[in-house]
Amino acid sequence: MKRYSVFAIAREALRYHQGWERAWASPEPKSSYDVVIVGAGGHGLATAYYLGKNFGITNVAVIEKGWLGGGNTGRNTTIIRSNYLQDPSAAIYEKARSLYETLSQDLNYNVMFSPRGLLMLAQTHHEVRGYLRTVHANTLQGVSTEWIEPAKVKELVPIINIDGPRYPVLGALYQARGGTARHDAVAWGYARACSAMGMHIIQKCEVTGVRSEGGNVTGVETTRGFIGAKKLGIVVAGHSGQVADMAGFRLPVEAVALQALVSEPIKPCMDVVVMANTVHGYMSQSDKGEMVIGGGTDGFNNFTQRGSFQHIEETLRALIETFPMISRLKMLRQWGGIVDMTGDRSPIISKTPLGNCFINCGWGTGGFKAIPGSGWAMAELMAKGQSPLAADFGLERFREGRFIDESVAAGVAH
Amino acid sequence: MLTLTCPYCGVKAEETELAPGGEAHLKRFGPGATDEDFEGYLFARKNPKGVHFERWRHAYGCGKWFLAARDTATLEVFGTYPAQSTEPPADLIAKIKAKRPGWEGYK
Ligand SMILES: Cc1cc2nc3c(=O)[nH]c(=O)nc-3n(C[C@H](O)[C@H](O)[C@H](O)COP(=O)(O)OP(=O)(O)OC[C@H]3O[C@@H](n4cnc5c(N)ncnc54)[C@H](O)[C@@H]3O)c2cc1C
Ligand SMILES: [Zn+2]
Repeated sequence: MKRYSVFAIAREALRYHQGWERAWASPEPKSSYDVVIVGAGGHGLATAYYLGKNFGITNVAVIEKGWLGGGNTGRNTTIIRSNYLQDPSAAIYEKARSLYETLSQDLNYNVMFSPRGLLMLAQTHHEVRGYLRTVHANTLQGVSTEWIEPAKVKELVPIINIDGPRYPVLGALYQARGGTARHDAVAWGYARACSAMGMHIIQKCEVTGVRSEGGNVTGVETTRGFIGAKKLGIVVAGHSGQVADMAGFRLPVEAVALQALVSEPIKPCMDVVVMANTVHGYMSQSDKGEMVIGGGTDGFNNFTQRGSFQHIEETLRALIETFPMISRLKMLRQWGGIVDMTGDRSPIISKTPLGNCFINCGWGTGGFKAIPGSGWAMAELMAKGQSPLAADFGLERFREGRFIDESVAAGVAH
Repeated sequence: MLTLTCPYCGVKAEETELAPGGEAHLKRFGPGATDEDFEGYLFARKNPKGVHFERWRHAYGCGKWFLAARDTATLEVFGTYPAQSTEPPADLIAKIKAKRPGWEGYK
């Protein structure tokens, strides 16, 4: 892999940019690997990367039915934060957020991490109490957040209407080092680094079955033939239930559609991320100037990557009251992703009933922010059989009643 | 937009009039059940990519719960039936089988 640098740009500028090589290779699959990861989204690629980087395991294939990053990783609104309520969540999301701080340098790929600051508006008295509790919890967890008053909100977000009749802004939970990153670049950066370590990223190859012998996984059936695996990691988000079914176990996961939309590009008007959980809407401005807007999920199972129109309407109706200046913006694009929701709204990073088969799923509406931390934990779990970061996220927590309840702390999709 | 016909009042209701209520025909397990059964009842869901049986409520209509058969991969609705049914009616199953020959059937 040729490193990207200012010298590389200068060198290529002198030779008409003829020397740039492909960012990752597209090899033919081998007959078997030490580790096979199903799903080349951010979580699958990050798992492969940390298997190589932290544990020296590089005989790895990442198998993807479509194109890498084409699932939720390439469809999300890129919010990064770690102001969660429960200790296990704070630990893994803060690990991820802190890895994002240096990810561009680590991967030698600009993921455009922008810790521009993130506000979660409190628009009801319940939310005020809830966020004050979160600030206290975060203080104990070593996650830097603070409670800010409406005047400070207005200072940070001049375009906001803080005294709307229906949704007054009563304050906000503020994480100064929260922000956004470029979603595609996160997938591409990890893919390039994996490829450089000699790993195989095999696109347009769907896993259609899981083979096992004596209770242990032996490999996967794919549309390009059987591929043997000593260890298997299932990291397929919305299709987790389907692949788990192939491996012979059930999951406490349901797939629903989550949508987002962007406006036409406008001049810079908001340099922070604002989430308004009561009204199920959030907004940030991309580097191109588009307002990036997201809302809530649909309430029914859906695999079509197409959501219900009224959710967009509800989101925009509420956001327009909080940000009156967006009322005449034209919306450019709208899309949906299939997110994997668990009962307690926390992810699963776990061993499974099938030996040497591991699963990482249930990130639902909020897993982009977690990609580096999740990959770190999943790699450790797969390499060593246990990981402190993943310990509380096991499948058995549902049977044992040890939920990591984030449905109150994070009432909205993000 | 999703439209379902309420089997009670006969209204062809569109999505905003309805509240989704999750998987239908769950068998309830309570005190005395094994941990597996209780966990399965509370958390494990079929979540199929294809034919699915669900609970819905005609929230902004007659207010009653009913059941529906729907394809989660195409959003096609096969039919609705009363909430008192312990399993999908035979004519509905036959209708789905005719439309989805590869479907493994209700289990
Ligand atoms: C509209 C929207 C907005 C969001 N906003 C945010 C946000 O602001 N912040 C945030 O933190 N999170 C957000 N999320 C959530 C975030 O996108 C996801 O949690 C995260 O991207 C999941 O990554 P992943 O790698 O697990 O899944 P994916 O990126 O979906 O990757 C899974 C991959 O597995 C592949 N696959 C599936 N089945 C098979 C098979 N049988 N064989 C081979 N490959 C298979 C798929 O093709 C896919 O590429 C949002 C999601 C959506 C949809
Ligand atoms: Zn009715």
